[in-house]
Amino acid sequence: MAIVPETKARVAGLETGKYKYGFVTDIEMERAAKGLNEDVVRFISAKKGEPEWMLEWRLGAYKRWIEMREPTWARVHYPPIDYQNAYYYAAPKSQAERPKSLEDVDPKLLETYAKLGIPLSEQKMLAGVAVDAVFDSVSVATTFKAKLTEAGVIFCPISEAIREQPELVRKYLGSVVPVSDNFFATLNSAVFSDGTFVYVPKGVRCPMELSTYFRINASETGQFERTLIIADEGAYVSYLEGCTAPKRDENQLHAAVVELVALEGAEIKYSTVQNWYPGDEEGKGGIYNFVTKRGDARGNRSKISWTQVETGSAITWKYPSCILRGDDSTGEFYSIAITNNFQQADTGTKMIHLGKNTRSRIVSKGIAAGHAQNTYRGLVSVHPKAANARNHTQCDSLLIGAKCGAHTVPYIECRNKTAAVEHEATTSKISDEQLFYCLQRGINQEEAVALIVNGFCRDVLQQLPMEFAVEAQKLVGISLEGSVG
Amino acid sequence: MNMLEIQNLHVAVGGKEILKGINLSVPAGEVHAVMGPNGSGKSTLSYALAGREGYEITEGRILYQGADLTALAPEERADKGVFLAMQYPVEIPGVTTLNFLKTALNAQRRARGAPELDAMKVMRLVREKAATLKIPEDMLKRALNVGFSGGEKKRMEILQMAVFEPKLAILDETDSGLDIDALKLVADGVNALRDPSRAMLVITHYQRLLTHIVPDRVHVMVDGRIAKSGGPELALALEEQGYERIVEAAA
Repeated sequence: MAIVPETKARVAGLETGKYKYGFVTDIEMERAAKGLNEDVVRFISAKKGEPEWMLEWRLGAYKRWIEMREPTWARVHYPPIDYQNAYYYAAPKSQAERPKSLEDVDPKLLETYAKLGIPLSEQKMLAGVAVDAVFDSVSVATTFKAKLTEAGVIFCPISEAIREQPELVRKYLGSVVPVSDNFFATLNSAVFSDGTFVYVPKGVRCPMELSTYFRINASETGQFERTLIIADEGAYVSYLEGCTAPKRDENQLHAAVVELVALEGAEIKYSTVQNWYPGDEEGKGGIYNFVTKRGDARGNRSKISWTQVETGSAITWKYPSCILRGDDSTGEFYSIAITNNFQQADTGTKMIHLGKNTRSRIVSKGIAAGHAQNTYRGLVSVHPKAANARNHTQCDSLLIGAKCGAHTVPYIECRNKTAAVEHEATTSKISDEQLFYCLQRGINQEEAVALIVNGFCRDVLQQLPMEFAVEAQKLVGISLEGSVG
Repeated sequence: MNMLEIQNLHVAVGGKEILKGINLSVPAGEVHAVMGPNGSGKSTLSYALAGREGYEITEGRILYQGADLTALAPEERADKGVFLAMQYPVEIPGVTTLNFLKTALNAQRRARGAPELDAMKVMRLVREKAATLKIPEDMLKRALNVGFSGGEKKRMEILQMAVFEPKLAILDETDSGLDIDALKLVADGVNALRDPSRAMLVITHYQRLLTHIVPDRVHVMVDGRIAKSGGPELALALEEQGYERIVEAAA
């Protein structure tokens, strides 16, 4: 795939470590009281105008969470997080009444998204991409709703779905990631504020790409989004999320939960371009990204495909997984994880083969530069009934410089004799010969690194929807600025 | 005017002096050959001209179009028209040959203040040049040098030279590892690029390349110095008598 000229100009023109999304929008915010307790959970639920059952669900989660311990098995190190020293809800005051249309949205917010390269006016948008824009704890705008409604597709903030689609939400929320799944997912279940809800009805191929753009703006505030996507029988949907945050010295917590449900013959393609603020060259600041993402290929012949480009965050703890429940169902995980400076990533996937003839494919590309540590952690589990299950895992690491680390931790559990599980792994470095070769042809060092790394990631970049592949390629280059020489 | 003028060039690698006072001039329009036994410093000379890191110039200078090159980074030299066809072209997995050529060509054009070419224009340009070197279309779509045979890699170097149109081309053992047909193809490619405005320095171990690319001058390098210079007949004499006798006679 070609690297566009803007990439080169941007890579060449920027100073080391410049994070162009690091600005702060000056806007009046309404927050919950600092810290986390039952009252805060009630406050959030009330703000969202939620029905009683939802509040009960949250409170149940909160009660479990206070009994739980933060997991420590990942290869990431950070000082203890004081969960009482953060805000769990922050929303622009101007959005107190949810705007009916784009004209009513606070211009400051529209400006913010325009600056991020996400114009929310439908005329200016990428044709064929609908956007839900989430700012701290609330969704501020959702585009192309009318067009999607025509096709029967529901695409709205999850807070709206809880009010307006209670049957669907009650049926599926927590059905893939149970309330008590893990520390961060349980925390999210108690305090999640906004996120996206998608329902694609039977036999419908969603007519456009759906995407959510998450922006953290407020300081000392965590973002806890919740996304739920359901593809009914024979439906298809492609969804993409993007994330950015301001540059700050403090660490901010982001603990999201994403649940995907694919019924018989349905397919969900979920792509992520994660570019949370990664911290500075000394490792100061940055987002702690503790995310639980799981897809349930519930029906026969269903398919779930995860593609992620992880370039941001100080710490990434994330394992988008597939439960291959239906017979002949397919799970895919394509990942690029780039860590530079003092970033730490522990990321991978779980492929749980339950049904017969289930297939999974894992392609992971980990790139470490500076003092960064990059770990692939993955589980392939074949259950006794998963006859003829197939998995292929390809796990490649690329090291840039001598102070970083790459680690691969694959777990394989196979309890069916007819299954075939394959694991391949490589580790390589950008060689002096490769760099010199590029330099000799007039390609400068940063551009050469971007070119070589993009080549290394090609198999994964090709999986992204066209509209976002270009953006992802640019990010790859920018994330590695200053990593050589 | 001399396109390249090397004056008393001393180069050390890892603290060890390899080039010990090279003097050599190549006027525009001429092709000069540098021959020499293994370990005489031929590849060090090519890397020093290209500005590779670790090749430290301890004394002397390299004038290119009359200006000193020694302070310039490798990519700046490339932008100014210095091209090195490498002895061992590297593989860049996942980067198609065409994409690599486009990236490099546009980097050079940008540095020279010329407008960048879009993918279609680059494609047309590269196709046209590739045809004369008998490089098939599918090779352009494959990752650069990955899985290429030795001959294909060397042809790819010449293709790049044809695309970038350098003013000074240094060919480092471009003939090594080639069978006779591949050698002929590469030599034809090089001869087609001979031009009154271009200088070439052909570094080789064997005379056989020079029957196809007939040089204007031949320089014999021994132990980091030019031991003898002469016309094309010197290459033949070397082939017949060996380096030792020629060098002894020169000493």
